[in-house]
Formats: sequence, C-alpha cells, structure tokens
Amino acid sequence: MNAVSAWLTPQTAATAAFVMVIGLTIVGALIAVGARNIFHNVLGLCVSLFGVSGIFLFLNSPFVALMEILIYIGAICVAICFAIMLSEPMYLPPPPRNKVKVLGAAIGAGGIFVFLGLLLKKTQWTAAPERSTDWSVTTIGHYFLTNYALIFELVSLLLLVAMIGAIVTARGGRSKP
Amino acid sequence: MLLFNQLQTYLFLALVLFVIGLYGVLARRSLIAILISVELILNAASINFMAFNRFLAPHPAVGQVITLFIMAVAAAEAAIALSIIVAVYRKMRSINVEHATELRG
Repeated sequence: MNAVSAWLTPQTAATAAFVMVIGLTIVGALIAVGARNIFHNVLGLCVSLFGVSGIFLFLNSPFVALMEILIYIGAICVAICFAIMLSEPMYLPPPPRNKVKVLGAAIGAGGIFVFLGLLLKKTQWTAAPERSTDWSVTTIGHYFLTNYALIFELVSLLLLVAMIGAIVTARGGRSKP
Repeated sequence: MLLFNQLQTYLFLALVLFVIGLYGVLARRSLIAILISVELILNAASINFMAFNRFLAPHPAVGQVITLFIMAVAAAEAAIALSIIVAVYRKMRSINVEHATELRG
C-alpha cells in the first residue's frame, strides 16, 4: 500500500495523462493519413485534434483548447463529412496505391523529419528575461481589441469572403451525370 | 524534469505531426485526404506557437491570440477548399487529383 501511494503522485498521474494525449494525437494522425477509407480518415482527424486540444490544456491555455474542439472538431470535421457525402460515393473501391509515389513521399517526409529533428536537437532556446504570468482570457480579449485589432477585423472580413465564395463556388448541388 | 514541462517534447511532437501531414499531402490522391493532411500541418504550427508561448515568450497571451487566428484562417480555408472539391466533383465526376488534367497542354 505504501509503495503504491509513493508511486501514485500527481506528477506521475499528469505524466500518464500527457503520454495518453500524445498517443491520441499521433495515432489519430496516422489513421487520418494511412487509412484507405476516407471516412476513417476524418474520424482519425477528429481523434488527433482531440489530442491536440489536450496538449493545449497542458500548455496552460484551456480557452484555446475549447476553441480547438469547437472549431476544428465541431465545424471543420463536420464540413468535411458533408463534402464526403456530396462527392465520390464511398462504395467504389479506392484506386490501387502507386508504389513509387508512396516511396517518394516517405523519403521526402523522412528527409525533412531528419533535418528538422537534428535542428531541434542542436538549438539552444533562451527564454525572455522578463516574462509576465498573465494567461487569462481577459488579456486575450484586450489583445484582440487593442494590439491585434486590425488583424482581427481582417480575419472577420476573410471569413465573410470565404463564406460568400464557398456559396458561389458550390452552388447547385450534385446534378445527374 | 517532467516530460510535459520541457519545450523539446512539444517541439518534437509538432515535428512528428508536421511530417505525418506532409507525407499525407505528398502521397494521397483524394482531394479530401489532402485537405485533412493540411489540417494536421496547421495544427503542428499551432502547437509550436503555443509551446514557444508557454516557455519562452514575454507575454503569454500573444501565442494564444495567434493560435486563434490560425484556427479562423483554417476554417476559411476549409470552407473554400470543400466548396472547390464539390465543384470539381460535379465537373469531372472524380476528386482524384490525377484526373484533374484539363490545363495540361
């Protein structure tokens, strides 16, 4: 009993939760890229984004974690599901894989992985000498409406233009071939 | 030193996510699968911003603000890309990128 209570500290519990969140992220990403069925890809993306929002919780930002779930899982994944329904029927067999292309993609991605990994290992990061400890949502709101007001307005304009553009591009639905 | 209190852990995780997304963009041929991979890459960028924000930045709200901007732009990008996918499917009866060769000379 004593050994168990010595082992079960908040630190180990938090580390276990962190490893689980990392596992969700990476396994979800692998499903999102590797599965043949397009719908399984979307479900994998959902799992991966859920893991990413857990990582944001570990990075002290519960608001951004909630927004991650709300925007990515709640909006983007659902929109992708609609696009799947409106495009290719899912009962058609997927085309066979092109071995050369898969190998080339793996080599290219692996090369970038090795390069950035070495860069990551070599770099010494130095923190800012003076750091404020203000993580609150209030401060984020202040930033939105003071320092970043122009970008905020531009993003809202961008969303409006994207919305109108999406309606214009996809108008008409699926017609008979 | 705890695993989740190190900058390197988060940067490495973002790197893995980025490489998986990059492989998806290069290897997949369905437009929707490519869009999913691009979302993974954008998430890797968000994790990087949040990690630097947590460990290095002088004002810890700036990284969160930028991550929220990334999310908004990703939402706009997904809306446009999905409408283009639906339009392409209506035009060519396929969303395989290798069939979209109309502009080839």
